[in-house]
Amino acid sequence: MKKRYLIPALFILSVISLFVGVSSISPLDLLDFQSEETQIFLISRLPRLVAILLAGAGMSMAGLIMQQLSRNKFVSPTTAGTLDATRLGILVSMLMFANASMIEKMAVAFVFALAGTFLFMQILNRIKFKDAIFIPLVGLMFGNILSSITTFFAYRADVIQNMSAWLQGDFSMVMKGSYELLYISVPVFIIAYLYANRFTVAGMGEDFSKNLGLKYRSIVNIGLTLVALITATVVLTVGVIPFLGLIIPNIVSIFKGDHLQKTLPHTAMLGAIFLLLCDILGRVLIYPYEISISLMVGVIGSFIFLFLLFRRKAYA
Amino acid sequence: MIQVRELSKLYGKKQVVENVTVDIQRGQITSFIGPNGAGKSTLLSMVSRLLDADTGEVLIDSTNTKKMKSNELSKRVSILKQSNFMNVRLTIRELVSFGRFPYSKGRLNDEDEKMVDQAIAYMDLAEMEHAYLDELSGGQRQRAFIAMVIAQDTDYVLLDEPLNNLDMKHSVQIMKILRRLVDELGKTVIIVLHDINFASVYSDRIVALKNGRVVKDGPTEEIIQSAALKEIYDMDIPIQQMNNCRICVYFNS
Repeated sequence: MKKRYLIPALFILSVISLFVGVSSISPLDLLDFQSEETQIFLISRLPRLVAILLAGAGMSMAGLIMQQLSRNKFVSPTTAGTLDATRLGILVSMLMFANASMIEKMAVAFVFALAGTFLFMQILNRIKFKDAIFIPLVGLMFGNILSSITTFFAYRADVIQNMSAWLQGDFSMVMKGSYELLYISVPVFIIAYLYANRFTVAGMGEDFSKNLGLKYRSIVNIGLTLVALITATVVLTVGVIPFLGLIIPNIVSIFKGDHLQKTLPHTAMLGAIFLLLCDILGRVLIYPYEISISLMVGVIGSFIFLFLLFRRKAYA
Repeated sequence: MIQVRELSKLYGKKQVVENVTVDIQRGQITSFIGPNGAGKSTLLSMVSRLLDADTGEVLIDSTNTKKMKSNELSKRVSILKQSNFMNVRLTIRELVSFGRFPYSKGRLNDEDEKMVDQAIAYMDLAEMEHAYLDELSGGQRQRAFIAMVIAQDTDYVLLDEPLNNLDMKHSVQIMKILRRLVDELGKTVIIVLHDINFASVYSDRIVALKNGRVVKDGPTEEIIQSAALKEIYDMDIPIQQMNNCRICVYFNS
């Protein structure tokens, strides 16, 4: 879990990702700027890589911030209803503004993601029984309630199929012009890093933060806003990617602890590496077809999640 | 000096702290004692700004705490509550470094690093400074938190039942450390204690609370008296003098 392993791994996988696909492109083809291969490279391959890197890093970071602020290792956008709230938001934007622009959808999805996450944190505050497993279960139930509301209205409005596009994360549709919203996560990364120390302190509890002269509430609010921003952009551009925000921060925590200023870069990098690996596998396994990324991450991720659950007593 | 003036706190309809006025002298250990539900922890939380009082005010060296910026206050008063947030994986050194947060906002300069080194050395934690908190024993963990407070370098150190869940050896160790903070570093320590014998042996002054009110307030030898204890605890507690310590024998009374 050292940077000198993570950076080369990230680089090698990125290069592989750029040159794996149905139409074979060799690095030499890129020398000719007008060639079809160069066009494919610029319109499809490169955007796909950038989207994977940003989404992977973003979702893992969102999970890390949520786990720190909720003081629970099993809370993440997947297990706290954030993803489901975002999808509800997208549905609402589709129903209310027939031809919603990306920015309008983004705004509505963001508001819903934020509201959903805050609602979950409120529920969390009211629960007396703060068991490590119980809380994510409550979050999953909360998410399922939101999800059933979404399904109900989507069914009534006959947009179920449209919605399912956002149910399954998928990078094969990522193209120049459809993924640029993800760049919002770049400033979010920077803000998160600047706030890393405050998030760590907030993770030690309200009393602990106040003792050090920190405004606990506003730090939590900033953290949850960042989480909602990342989630909304990722779900809108590539769809739901489950488990990423759950397993990556946990793996990093085992090796590097919970000092966010030290673990944020590792978490972002490992998230990007993991997602790249899943994406490449998904593209290669049933070549020339593709397994969707949410299926790949879901299968691999749920196994890692189970493993983390079983070894929980050992460290958490 | 900390001056507590007519402090009150209501939880629902229950008056947890009622009209408490107390002066806490500098350079001493003051213990808050009393039965369960007497309002000791609530009072401590209000003095340390963790909790807002309904009425009344707290003056620290003649300044009203409400008029102080929270960052300024965190350089004057520190508080340790019962620590049960052990699912956070930080090393001792990382934790102690957070004690410098009010000064450095997380970017430690050389002086901050020096303070952290000193605090760790003072608590005798140097050889395990890179161990994670969740790998430590209860006593070591409590010492790590006290090291953080030392690094925070406040005149006033408030502790809420720091001996909870500690065995006898570690309890004595912590109390001796608090005594040294007062005698060697000139700190003022305010502590909520359950065991009156620790209060008797280690504190300079005792404030006794019952049903949210101060029932006794004075030097330790005045409070550790059978008559006073009867008033506080409704128990007949004989006092034994041993090696200059006044021990309350409450086990069979």
